[in-house]
Amino acid sequence: MSTCSVSKGCFVFKPSPKKRRVSQKTVHFGERKDSGDTDLQFVTCQALWNQIKQELEQIQEDLNKQLLDNLESFLRRSHSEFQAKTTEWTYRMKSREIPTAALVLGVNVTDHDLTFRSISEVLQQNVTPYIALLEAKDCTGIKNLMQKLMGQLMNCYIDVDSLEDEDNVQVSHNRIRCSMTSLVNWYEGVTKKTSSETPSKKRTSSSRHWLSSPIVVIFKDMESFTTKVLQDFIVISSQHIHQLPLVLIFGIATSPMIIHSLLPHSVSSLLCIELFQSLSCKEHLSTVVDKLLLTTQFPFKLGEKVLQVLINIFLYHDFSVQNFIKGFQLCIVEHFYSQPLSILCCQMADVKTRVNSLSHEQCENVRRLPSFRRYVEGQVSENQIALLTADNYLKEVVQKLLEDLHVYHENYIPVLRCLHVLTSSLPKYPLGKQIRELHCMCLEDQVWETEEYESALQLARMLNKSDLVNVLQQCVEIFVSSAVKEFDQTVEKLKEFLTQFQKLEVAEAFQERDVSVSSQKELQKKTDLYHLQKSLLELKESRRSKKLTKFEMLRFEVVDYIDGLVRSYLAPADHKTLHEVVYFNTPSVLREHLNAAPRIALHTALNNPHCYLKAFSTVVTAAEGPDAASSDQVDDIIHARFIRAVSELELLGFIKPSKQKTDHVARLTWGGC
Amino acid sequence: MPNLEHPAYPAATLHHLESLVPCRESQVSMLLSIFGERQQFSFPSIFIYGHTSSGKTYVMQTLLNTLKLPHVFVNCVEYFTSRLLLEEILIQLQSRSSATEQTSQVSCDTFNDFVRLFKQAVASRELQDETLYIVLDRAEQLREMEANILPAFLRLQELTDRNVTVILLSEIVWELFRPNIGCFEPFTLYFPDYSIGHLQKILSQSHPPDYSADFYAAYINILLGVFYMVCRDLKELQHLAALNFSKYCEPVVRGEANERDTRKLWKNIEPHLKKAMQTVYLREISSAQWERLQHDDGEPGQLKGLSAHTHVELPYYSKFLLIAAYLASYNPVRTDKRFFLKHHGKIRKTNFMKKHEKTSNHLLGPKPFPLDRLLAILYSIVDNRVAPTANIFSQITSLVTLQLLSMVGHNDQLDGPRYKCTVSLDFIRAVAR
Repeated sequence: MSTCSVSKGCFVFKPSPKKRRVSQKTVHFGERKDSGDTDLQFVTCQALWNQIKQELEQIQEDLNKQLLDNLESFLRRSHSEFQAKTTEWTYRMKSREIPTAALVLGVNVTDHDLTFRSISEVLQQNVTPYIALLEAKDCTGIKNLMQKLMGQLMNCYIDVDSLEDEDNVQVSHNRIRCSMTSLVNWYEGVTKKTSSETPSKKRTSSSRHWLSSPIVVIFKDMESFTTKVLQDFIVISSQHIHQLPLVLIFGIATSPMIIHSLLPHSVSSLLCIELFQSLSCKEHLSTVVDKLLLTTQFPFKLGEKVLQVLINIFLYHDFSVQNFIKGFQLCIVEHFYSQPLSILCCQMADVKTRVNSLSHEQCENVRRLPSFRRYVEGQVSENQIALLTADNYLKEVVQKLLEDLHVYHENYIPVLRCLHVLTSSLPKYPLGKQIRELHCMCLEDQVWETEEYESALQLARMLNKSDLVNVLQQCVEIFVSSAVKEFDQTVEKLKEFLTQFQKLEVAEAFQERDVSVSSQKELQKKTDLYHLQKSLLELKESRRSKKLTKFEMLRFEVVDYIDGLVRSYLAPADHKTLHEVVYFNTPSVLREHLNAAPRIALHTALNNPHCYLKAFSTVVTAAEGPDAASSDQVDDIIHARFIRAVSELELLGFIKPSKQKTDHVARLTWGGC
Repeated sequence: MPNLEHPAYPAATLHHLESLVPCRESQVSMLLSIFGERQQFSFPSIFIYGHTSSGKTYVMQTLLNTLKLPHVFVNCVEYFTSRLLLEEILIQLQSRSSATEQTSQVSCDTFNDFVRLFKQAVASRELQDETLYIVLDRAEQLREMEANILPAFLRLQELTDRNVTVILLSEIVWELFRPNIGCFEPFTLYFPDYSIGHLQKILSQSHPPDYSADFYAAYINILLGVFYMVCRDLKELQHLAALNFSKYCEPVVRGEANERDTRKLWKNIEPHLKKAMQTVYLREISSAQWERLQHDDGEPGQLKGLSAHTHVELPYYSKFLLIAAYLASYNPVRTDKRFFLKHHGKIRKTNFMKKHEKTSNHLLGPKPFPLDRLLAILYSIVDNRVAPTANIFSQITSLVTLQLLSMVGHNDQLDGPRYKCTVSLDFIRAVAR
């Protein structure tokens, strides 16, 4: 593994789950309960992941569409104007700038690779075959940059024109002179060839590229490029812009101001910079959460703590959606690996056959599940015996329970969305701004018992009419689009509320006018100060104790109705029987893998020489196989080697003894050393 | 105005040349007298310097092309290594001498090879008796190449024993070129900046075909009035003139004013040009966007410039790391105890600050700090406990790659890494909000 950073620091390598899976299987074979269904577990896991991966790709594509479309039209526009109107006066007088797209991508650098890959793919398909992707680490000097650029461009030329004229391009890179002139010559040669070729022959490959395709040079990480290299490159290419239709794309992680701080005015005046902004990573995450977790499409679910860990890593540490997805993948693998019953975590259609083919051992596993035990305890005694002894009966019940669980999810999601619609229109967002926060709360505990929920409902009871109607309309849409039969009635009810509100509107308009007119008349009648004061007080009094208006009554009714929905459908998942089958809820495993703490580990190791020795011997004997390391007693020779190595390291200054006092027991036993 | 005169060239050509190089007649005549007649040996090397866009390159090119003098023109920025540069000169020579013959691959690693190949190339040419001019544009780049390149070019005539003159064009003075060991002194020639009158004259020359020269000259006059304070770059001015001319013509096209109505036209264009100075001149918005705006008659306000997008969204701990780094960079170490400990004891007010610390730390710039200090400050400014996980460390590294922090002196493997905070107070304020 390697990192893209040349600087010293600490890098985390996410364990590649598949590899780990294999190694664990071989090394710690005894650890897990082998149910004989390992293959099935593996296959289910793979199938699920592939499905999720496809979905993710689709999401990515949809999210990038806007950006890509803009970029594409920019590229098409950039040189066509000059080619079309070279004779006009203005175009002769204007200095020809290099069209440049400043692409602001956000600080989540790990996600950029994927974005750039899709950008270059789309551009390659629709705009131009000539694309070069440059990274700062490859371009320490202008020479390296030119080499890289020419290498990439001339290779892509081979790709497009198949292999028929290989001899032409087989010039080794050392012999190509890395200068712009050779690039210009190459470009002239290529374009001449494509235009002179018979159109019928070339239609398939290059018909979508227009006659003079621009050369797109992408600087992936603008911040890391040195000023000198960028300046030189821009100055050089601006001199050849007439022969070589270049377009630059700057990938910017921080802010477009970096262009001005990297390039002096004399250089930036050679560019024609337009700004493009990609979707913010938070929005991206919301979409991913929405499409992966808040859907019944995938049987696998994340438990509250696990989801919290993943979201915290995202918000606190890296803003990287890719890492979030990697974490999610790890959860899937871990779940299917550690939970033998995960074979039941499949599409509803397969559940029946899978349940029926459960082995006796697997049935025992089911009986051992805490949630199932709770369920059994709630049954009458004959039923209990049947559940605990008869496998066939158990299978029937399990199937039914799994169906219940599925129905629970089907209901849960629309109701959750409704509650979110309601609470996200409240001031200060007592239940969170994002639906994922609400989701976490609901998973954690019975949401209606929390204080936040209480205050949210109170605020909801004070919503004005237009907001409330808006919320109701959205709720109706959600329920209708969810297409769950159970909610037909709910939809009816909500629509009824809406019509009532409409009626109110008409009625109230009359009433209010009456009230205001009459009170004003009274005020006008009484002229002396005393009476005026009195009547004002009365008016106030009456307003306070005034009976609820119709609107307020209706508002209470609506809020209560939604409250009822929440109470009946948003029960936390770990109250449900067999939730262990589909929920992954061991955050400790995840933390162990994703939140590595190298400093703490090193510190404890170095403070305890025995640990240090053990680690040393493990490392030394690792090559000899696992058996050698397992013996508790450390070999004398290794011990001696260790002591010698330590003193050598001390001499070199890499380690030094701490001033910590020796434990008195140790001092008694070993003396002063 | 000195009229160009030279016995070697016909008067018509000279007259044509003069019309092409306005405001540079004296320099051209000086060059002509140094060059002498075609077959005469000239001064071995000429050094021409002057500010950006004072016409050095243009004058040289026009002069050599109009008089059809044999020459080679190379930009030293483009051919960034000595090898590329020398090979490029040879290639141009070859392609010049024989148009029909295929240019063979030349490989020239050292100056010695160059001299040899150069002699061959010149020998094969028919015009052996004519002076060959080698023009090296942006010659300041030569200083970054091998130490022998610059002195050798200056003495090329002597080394090759051929009729050749090397002309160096640069924006900096000769004194900055002179190597320690000394070298042949070239003839230096200074191109002064164009004055506002010169600029007016040159810019007005290239008026659009649809409008009269006077009308365009009036426009240029207004343009210079606005931009001369900030920009004297001829190319840039020409670009700006072309960009904004359509706006200037607008009242005329619509029939609201005629071409002589200078005052009305001035009122129309002046605010527009001022806006252009703040946006398109600074490259806040691109010229293409500017033209589209003009075309749609939109307000430039709708389009945010590059510096409008200064906000950078950072993960939670990255924000704190950056703030901690800023504090570590701008506060002296001694104050840490006072700022970040709860019970720091009393500090005597008198002479707490040493004298040199009274100057603002912001004027002195950021100071480097070790990693441990950064983490210590981080722990004290974050409310809840922070576990020193690998994620925190990788965030520091990614802040370095984003150029928000920079690493100093990382060649010492034994010490912990040291960093500097490179962001401004405004940025930190925005982050801390």
